[in-house]
Amino acid sequence: MDIIRADHLKKTFGPVTAVNDVNLSVREGEIFGFLGPNGAGKTTTIRLLTGVLTPDFGTVHINGIDIHRHPLDAKMQMGVIPENSTVYGDLSAEQNLQLSGKMYGMPKTLRDKRVDEVLSKMGLSEKKRLPVRTFSKGMKQRASIACAIIHRPKVLFLDEPTSGLDVQSRRLVIETIHEMNEQGSTIFLTTHNIEEANTLCRTVCIINKGMIVAQDSPERLKKMFDTTQSVEVSFDRPVSRDLFAAEGILRAEPCGDKWRLYTDNPDQVLKYLVGRAEREAITITSLTTSGPSLEEAFVRITECA
Amino acid sequence: MMEAPLFLRGILVITGKNMRLYYTKPPVLMFGLLFPLFMFFAFFVGRNLDLETFFPGFLAMMLFFTASSVGPLITPWEKREKTYERLLSYPVTQDSIILGDVVAGAVFGIGISLLVWIASRFFVPVAVTNIGLFILAFILGTLACAALGALLASPASDSPPNVMIFSNLVRFPLIFISGIFVPLEQMQGLGLALAYCSPLTYMVDLFNAAMSGTSVFSPVTDCGVLIVASAGFIVISRVIQKRNMMKGM
Ligand SMILES: Nc1ncnc2c1ncn2[C@@H]1O[C@H](COP(=O)(O)OP(=O)(O)OP(=O)(O)O)[C@@H](O)[C@H]1O
Ligand SMILES: [Mg+2]
Repeated sequence: MDIIRADHLKKTFGPVTAVNDVNLSVREGEIFGFLGPNGAGKTTTIRLLTGVLTPDFGTVHINGIDIHRHPLDAKMQMGVIPENSTVYGDLSAEQNLQLSGKMYGMPKTLRDKRVDEVLSKMGLSEKKRLPVRTFSKGMKQRASIACAIIHRPKVLFLDEPTSGLDVQSRRLVIETIHEMNEQGSTIFLTTHNIEEANTLCRTVCIINKGMIVAQDSPERLKKMFDTTQSVEVSFDRPVSRDLFAAEGILRAEPCGDKWRLYTDNPDQVLKYLVGRAEREAITITSLTTSGPSLEEAFVRITECA
Repeated sequence: MMEAPLFLRGILVITGKNMRLYYTKPPVLMFGLLFPLFMFFAFFVGRNLDLETFFPGFLAMMLFFTASSVGPLITPWEKREKTYERLLSYPVTQDSIILGDVVAGAVFGIGISLLVWIASRFFVPVAVTNIGLFILAFILGTLACAALGALLASPASDSPPNVMIFSNLVRFPLIFISGIFVPLEQMQGLGLALAYCSPLTYMVDLFNAAMSGTSVFSPVTDCGVLIVASAGFIVISRVIQKRNMMKGM
């Protein structure tokens, strides 16, 4: 059975259609990555899936429970780390966790035990009595995660859990995600870090302009664009984009002092570049080719949609 | 309904959270506690007013201000501090949040007003003639005021100062048209018509009935109006907040 199932979700805000006919199914035990450019509708989708927002149309089932009809039962199954919502700054980390445990109806003894466990796992034991207001961004995010995993949820939703974190905090978050998954939680996360999705997720779903445009394993998504490769080139002086309007070059984009050209046929592009540079008397200062990456697949998918 | 125990637990936990976090917030202390005391001193002390007539009204005013000052603060505060979305993702609904806010306001109102009443017994020779009605006045009155407080939090704002200003704009006129400073019998015309529309009038009247034994309406009418008003405020607040949520967080 699918642990998360969304059918024909639609949500509009005035003239903006944030989510348009989204269908999703996530199998139990998966780490599911939800990618998309800014404003694609990721946060809105998570809000719909977690019952924070009501869709204009469509249904959501969490572990078989209709979230619209039985919001409380459905919410008991999950832990949520919203994108920009925090825990209570006036309460200490420990008090926040206690409150969270109460929200999920955990009995006192279990709660006390889990609060200590989770605090130490998230590296907050030492500062557990200080108000969260005084925490750094990374510590706040760890406190937020701690509150969402205290009851060992069946499904864990994380909206950009690692954005803005330093390397240590980020690793701790990734580690926690892995650990929760090993202990049986299904993970649904959004991220802008494609590399992170590539290494973490079994399935990746890409949303663009409110619509799902691709869903597959990272490897298969990359293979979809197997024929696409990229050529990176730099010259001794600035050139205009017009230079790359040639057969075989699918797309050109500036990358720092270089240009990245996407192509199905690197050989043709290399020959063209060399010939053109000679004719225009410009010098090629560097030239590299590379195979498909998930990032390229992502860009291709979100661009052609 | 399978979810009823979960629903009640949600209200309880939210109430506890509200009590812990919001009772000591400056706007609550200011408008809930200090303000009615100032009003008391400004209007009653040194004026040789007959306390028997006015004390029930003062108690009602105290209850009104305390009970309705917590509700307007909570939701805008949580939206500003960005804790509201997280709260909604717990096993609660907007209904449990509204009711948790109402109960927290009511407990605050009853607690403070009861203290004031007990303290006042040493200074003010006003007896309670009907203890049953007195308890009823306390409970129904505070419920109506706390529900009004929750309703005042409904505008889609994440600015506590704005919501406090708005809620005071509504609350202040109410105390002048509800038979606290001018007994209902002495009102006429528009003033009287307005007084009939204010739920606070019926609360004052119920306190009068319980304490001095004189009232304009029958206690049944008073109780009925307070119950209907409480339910009405909660329902309207629910409708507005649901509509706000449809427009996004
Ligand atoms: N409350 C709201 N009112 C109006 N428009 C909204 C609201 N919330 C989201 N939107 C719009 O819906 C679209 C999707 O927004 P959403 O926040 O879901 O994107 P996102 O994929 O999470 O983006 P990001 O990567 O920047 O977090 C955007 O165009 C946004 O402007
Ligand atoms: Mg987002």
